[in-house]
Amino acid sequence: MRHIISVLLENEPGALSRVVGLFSQRNFNIETLTVAPTDDDTLSRLTVTTVGDDRVVEQITKQLNKLIDVVKVVDLTEGEHIERELMMIKFKASGAYRAEVKRTADIFRGQIIDITPNTYTVQLVGSSAKLDAFIDALGTTNVIEVVRSGVSGIARGEKVLSL
Amino acid sequence: MELLSGAEMVVRALRDQGVKYIYGYPGGALLHLYDAIFQQDEVEHILVRHEQAATHMADAYARATGKAGVALVTSGPGATNAVTGIATAYMDSIPMVVITGQVMSHLIGEDAFQETDMIGISRPIVKHSFSIQRPEEIPEVIRKAFHIAESGRPGPVVVDIPKDMTTPTDRFQYEFPADVKLRSYNPVTKGHSGQIKKAFDMLMSAKRPVIYTGGGVIMGDASAELIELAQALNFPVTNTLMGLGGYPGTDRQFIGMLGMHGSYEANMAMHHSDLILAVGARFDDRVTNATEKFCPTAKIIHIDVDPASISKTIRADVPIVGAAKLVLEDMIQLLKGTKKSVDQAALASWWKQIDEWRERHGGRFLTDSELMKPQQVIEMLSKVTNGDAYVCSDVGQHQMFAAQYYKFNKPNRWINSGGLGTMGFGLPAAMGVKLNFPDADVACVTGEGSIQMNIQELSTCKQYDMPVKIICLNNQSLGMVRQWQDMNYESRHSQSYMKSLPDFVKLVESYGHVGIKVDKYSDLEAAMIEAFSLKDRLVFMDIAVDPHEHVYPMQVPRGTMRDMWLSKTERT
Repeated sequence: MRHIISVLLENEPGALSRVVGLFSQRNFNIETLTVAPTDDDTLSRLTVTTVGDDRVVEQITKQLNKLIDVVKVVDLTEGEHIERELMMIKFKASGAYRAEVKRTADIFRGQIIDITPNTYTVQLVGSSAKLDAFIDALGTTNVIEVVRSGVSGIARGEKVLSL
Repeated sequence: MELLSGAEMVVRALRDQGVKYIYGYPGGALLHLYDAIFQQDEVEHILVRHEQAATHMADAYARATGKAGVALVTSGPGATNAVTGIATAYMDSIPMVVITGQVMSHLIGEDAFQETDMIGISRPIVKHSFSIQRPEEIPEVIRKAFHIAESGRPGPVVVDIPKDMTTPTDRFQYEFPADVKLRSYNPVTKGHSGQIKKAFDMLMSAKRPVIYTGGGVIMGDASAELIELAQALNFPVTNTLMGLGGYPGTDRQFIGMLGMHGSYEANMAMHHSDLILAVGARFDDRVTNATEKFCPTAKIIHIDVDPASISKTIRADVPIVGAAKLVLEDMIQLLKGTKKSVDQAALASWWKQIDEWRERHGGRFLTDSELMKPQQVIEMLSKVTNGDAYVCSDVGQHQMFAAQYYKFNKPNRWINSGGLGTMGFGLPAAMGVKLNFPDADVACVTGEGSIQMNIQELSTCKQYDMPVKIICLNNQSLGMVRQWQDMNYESRHSQSYMKSLPDFVKLVESYGHVGIKVDKYSDLEAAMIEAFSLKDRLVFMDIAVDPHEHVYPMQVPRGTMRDMWLSKTERT
């Protein structure tokens, strides 16, 4: 099963490499990884999506918690949560295809953020599944480049991940 | 307030931390620091001949005392030579602080002379690491390093110090912090009372219980509590390789080590048990055999200070996160306050069964050949030292024989590389213990293979007068490799035979030590008594043993706990 694990991390040199190293050292899989400072500049927030059974995910959270630089760990998929990922996707777009890209982007609430006579670049925000669906809808034939940010997540309601 | 250079602060902080000895080897990046060491006499530096030995000395000090040992190595090759020692300590959860020199900060990343990314190299084998960014933070970082190394599940901590952090002319106010707090690190020590109560009720209703304990009892200083609880309950106790000495080896309730080379009765008892109380042990693959076939009828209570060790390989029915000492204390209190008693009839018949197993195959080896058996040597060592010596082992067959046949009655006396299995560990480990316990008998049990991996330390022993006793079980082959080749590769002894052994007696004599060669069992006792009576001399006993001997019992791979070879021809 896919899990979104959110980590509060000391904003120290080398802290990120400890997290990434842990995943490779213990043979855990990383699907996406995002990291950035928070409102508190001593802390970073890191989000990892991974796939594994309950036993593996239990080990991942326990091993993450063991890292001295890790302040808190939560598996967002254990509760109600919101996930978002940003994608920028560049299409070879000319003729009638330009209209199709525009129409599909509108349906997915994407925006066209760059245009040349031969290309369209679309920005799309949503769950990873929504981004996948957008690519499926247009097909990959005319795709020139895809950039995805990886998943960020936050718990719904009053639950917060903080000190 | 006094102004100190970064180099002086390192030394002062070690002193203020209560460090007496540091083990190390100088080099370019450490010259300021070595100059600061030279100018004081409160922290004594022991110069090894190879950095690996420095780490093992520090490690063994920690294993014998529970306090972090300190190694000091220079950048580049000094640091990489220390890697094996750091990994050894990491695998066995041993507190250690390793200070590594680093090139000047402005050169980092430029492939400078003797530069290596030690923080990166050591990352998977440390509990934590620090890279000094400003000289002023040295006292606090060193204080934190010891705190992290020694608390919770202990482990090695690396402190990497660029040379310019120790410049003698840059001076700073020195203050050693009385205490440290890390918001992200607060290991749980007190067990959850509800879980402990639940576990206690299971103990009281068990019919075929086993207490299975590991290194957590030794490093967690929980031996006294274990003995009290086990004896009050009259439950059988088995120890892992790392846990030997946690429960007295000569006590009736001790059923031996368990696992791959565990005793017949310990492995049988585990397999047939209905309740396992695991304390500070981690269900390692050398213990469990095939995990899916592990102890099919047993419920499992698992006490460990590290939550990640619980349910990692074997799912615990009752997990208890906490320090072994505190959790066992809580269980003793519950036992004192209860009117319930264990099922005496069931326990009596369980003991009858265990005694039958013990009778059938307990601690037995054949003495049919002319050659001396390695087991006989260990039994003699146990006899000559009254089971009271610090036994520092290398890795291989001799290690298993020492674990099986030396009767450890006290914790912290069995010093071996259990997790990593580091050949070359034994001699530096014995040195680290002897230096700190000069009046104790300290034996290094080794083989002619392992001893040659750090034999250069005979020179260090001479310089600092460390009269350890080296008990070399010389079978002229890499015995454990040979055993596996005998059992699994139709005796094709690929690279496990040593054709060019030195004359060890002459070799040690050239270092100024005493060598004794023993070929016959009839000479062994007198020779060993003589060796231990030479209190001020290092004695190397080169003891010829049967090269064909195997370690038994040996679990059959991918089987249950009870599937064992009991000799070359017999299996369960």
